[in-house]
Amino acid sequence: MDIIVENLTKKFGTQRAVDNVSFKVKTGEVLGFLGPNGAGKTTTMRAITTFLTPNEGTIKFGNLSIYDHPDEIKKHIGYLPENNPLYQDMPVIDYLRFCARLQGIKKSKIKSKILKMVDLCGLEGEKHKKIGELSKGYQQRVGLAQALIHDPEVLIFDEPTAGLDPNQIVEIRKLIKKIGKEKTVILSSHILAEVEATCDRIMIINKGKIVADGTSDELRKHTQGKEILKITIEDGEKNEIFKALQKINSVEVVDFIDKNLNSFEIQSKPEMSSKKAIFKMCIEKAWTLTELTPFETKLEDVFRELTMN
Amino acid sequence: MKQIWIISRRELQSFFNSLMAYIILVTFLGFSGFFTWLFGSDVFFVKQASLQSFFGIAYWTLFFFIPALTMRLFAEENRSGTIELLVTKPINDWQLVLGKFLSTLLLIIIALVLTLPYYITVANLGPVDHGAVWSGYLGLILMSAAYISIGIFTSSISNNQIVGYMLALFIGIFFQIIFGLLAGNLSGFIGSILDYLSLSTHFESISRGVIDTKDLIYFLSIIFIGLVLTEGNLAKKRI
Ligand SMILES: Nc1ncnc2c1ncn2[C@@H]1O[C@H](COP(=O)(O)OP(=O)(O)OP(=O)(O)O)[C@@H](O)[C@H]1O
Ligand SMILES: [Mg+2]
Repeated sequence: MDIIVENLTKKFGTQRAVDNVSFKVKTGEVLGFLGPNGAGKTTTMRAITTFLTPNEGTIKFGNLSIYDHPDEIKKHIGYLPENNPLYQDMPVIDYLRFCARLQGIKKSKIKSKILKMVDLCGLEGEKHKKIGELSKGYQQRVGLAQALIHDPEVLIFDEPTAGLDPNQIVEIRKLIKKIGKEKTVILSSHILAEVEATCDRIMIINKGKIVADGTSDELRKHTQGKEILKITIEDGEKNEIFKALQKINSVEVVDFIDKNLNSFEIQSKPEMSSKKAIFKMCIEKAWTLTELTPFETKLEDVFRELTMN
Repeated sequence: MKQIWIISRRELQSFFNSLMAYIILVTFLGFSGFFTWLFGSDVFFVKQASLQSFFGIAYWTLFFFIPALTMRLFAEENRSGTIELLVTKPINDWQLVLGKFLSTLLLIIIALVLTLPYYITVANLGPVDHGAVWSGYLGLILMSAAYISIGIFTSSISNNQIVGYMLALFIGIFFQIIFGLLAGNLSGFIGSILDYLSLSTHFESISRGVIDTKDLIYFLSIIFIGLVLTEGNLAKKRI
C-alpha cells in the first residue's frame, strides 16, 4: 500500500510545524525521517496516522484519502507513537487482547496472535505483569507488539528503538528490514547509523521542510562535491613531496596531516580526481606510497550541513 | 456496536482492577442503606411502605459519586497520551465516547441492582406501590446517565482529573438544586424555564410514578448534548 503525501501543511498557531511537504513511499520501501528536535517528524507521522488533521494538503493510502476513508485506512496502520503511551495499570496480555479486538481480529485467532507477538517481541517472561511494572525497554516491546498484532500493511514507528538494549536494537532493526520487504514502513530516529542500516531511503527534515531525500549514498554525494584524499609517502623529503603534490594539475589544496610521517591531506579541484596522478608521480620519483584513502563524507556531516543555520 | 462494547469492557475492567468500583459500590450501598433505615424508619408508623427516602438519598449520593467515576475517562487518556493510540485504531470518536458512557452507566446499574434487597425488605413490611418503585429506579438511571454525560464532557476538557471532577460538580449543582431554587423565587416565563431546567423537578415527577414524555425528553437532551460536546472536544484536539 503506497502512501502519497501532497502539500501537507500543519500549523500550530502561527508556527508551520510541517510546511508544504510532499513525498511518496512505495510498498516494500523503508523510509527514515531524520531531523533535529522540533523539525516536524512526529507531526508528519501524526498527520499520516490521522491523529492530527492537516491544515492543507492531502494524504492518500493507495487511492484512499484520509478525509474520506479514515476508518478503512486505520485498519491498515500499525503505529508506535513517540514516548510509547500505554495503559500502565493493564496487564500485558489483557492490553494485547484489547488491541487485537479493536483491530477486528477473529475471536478464534486472538490467542494465537497474542502468543505470536509475545514470542516475536521477547515478552514471554513479562506477559502477566502490569505494563507499568515493566522496564522502559520492555514497555517499548509492548508498544511494538500492539503495532504489529494485526499484521498491518503500513507501519509508522516514531523512534522505535528508544530505550532498548543493544541486543534488542539489533533484533528490531532486523525485524524492520524483514517486514519492510513486503510492507510500507516509515520510521524516525536520531541514530544516523540506525537509519542508514535499516532504511532504503532517507528524508532529512528541517523546520517543517524536506531538505534532502534519497538513499544514503545519494545524500553523501549531495554534499561531497570535492574529492578529499589522505596519503602517506615514505622515502622522500617532505618539502619536496609537498611541492611536487602542489604541481599536480587536479590538486587544489595540499595540507600536512603529520609532518613526521609524511602524511598529507589533498583536496582536488571540483569534479576532478588526483588518485592516478599521485600514483604516477610516486613511480617517477621512486617514492613509496604507503597510504591512499579517500575521506568518506559521513552522514553526520551531511546532516549537520543541511540542518545547521 | 462491537467497538463500543470493547471500549466499555476495558473501562469496566479498569474500574474493578483499580478498586474504584468496589469502593464506590460499598460506600454507595452503605450510605444509602444507612440513611434509608435512619430516615425511612417511619415505614413502621405509616401503614404504606415506600422507598421514597431511599430514592432521595440515592439521588444525592449518585450526584457526588458519578463525577468521581467519570473524571478519569478522558483526562487520563489525554494526560498519558494513550488517546493517540486509541484514536488511531479502527474506531471513531462516537464509538469511543459511547463506550466510555456505557461503561459507567453499567457500573451504576450494577450498584442499583444491588440495592434491590432494600426493596424486597420494605415490600415485606407492608404494601408497596410497585409501579412507583420501578419508576423511581428508572428516574435514578436517567439522572445518572445525565450526570455521566456531563462528567464525561468535563473530563474531556483538560488532562487534569480534579478539574474534571470539580467542573462536573459545578455544572451539576445547577441542575441538581440551583435552577430549582431560583424557579421557586421567580415567577412568570423565566421561572417556568428554570423550573423546566431543574433536574429535581423531573426526577421527582418520574419517581412519583408518572412517566411523562416531557421528562424523558429532558433527560435524553442532557445526555445527548453532553455526548455531542465531548465528541466535539475530541475532534478539536486534532485540529
Ligand atoms: N500540540 C502542539 N501544540 C503546539 N505546538 C506543537 C504541538 N505539537 C508539536 N508542536 C510544535 O511543532 C514543532 C514540531 O514538533 P515535532 O514534535 O513534530 O518535532 P520532531 O521532529 O518530532 O522533534 P523530536 O526530534 O524532538 O521528536 C515543534 O516546534 C513543536 O513545538
Ligand atoms: Mg518527535
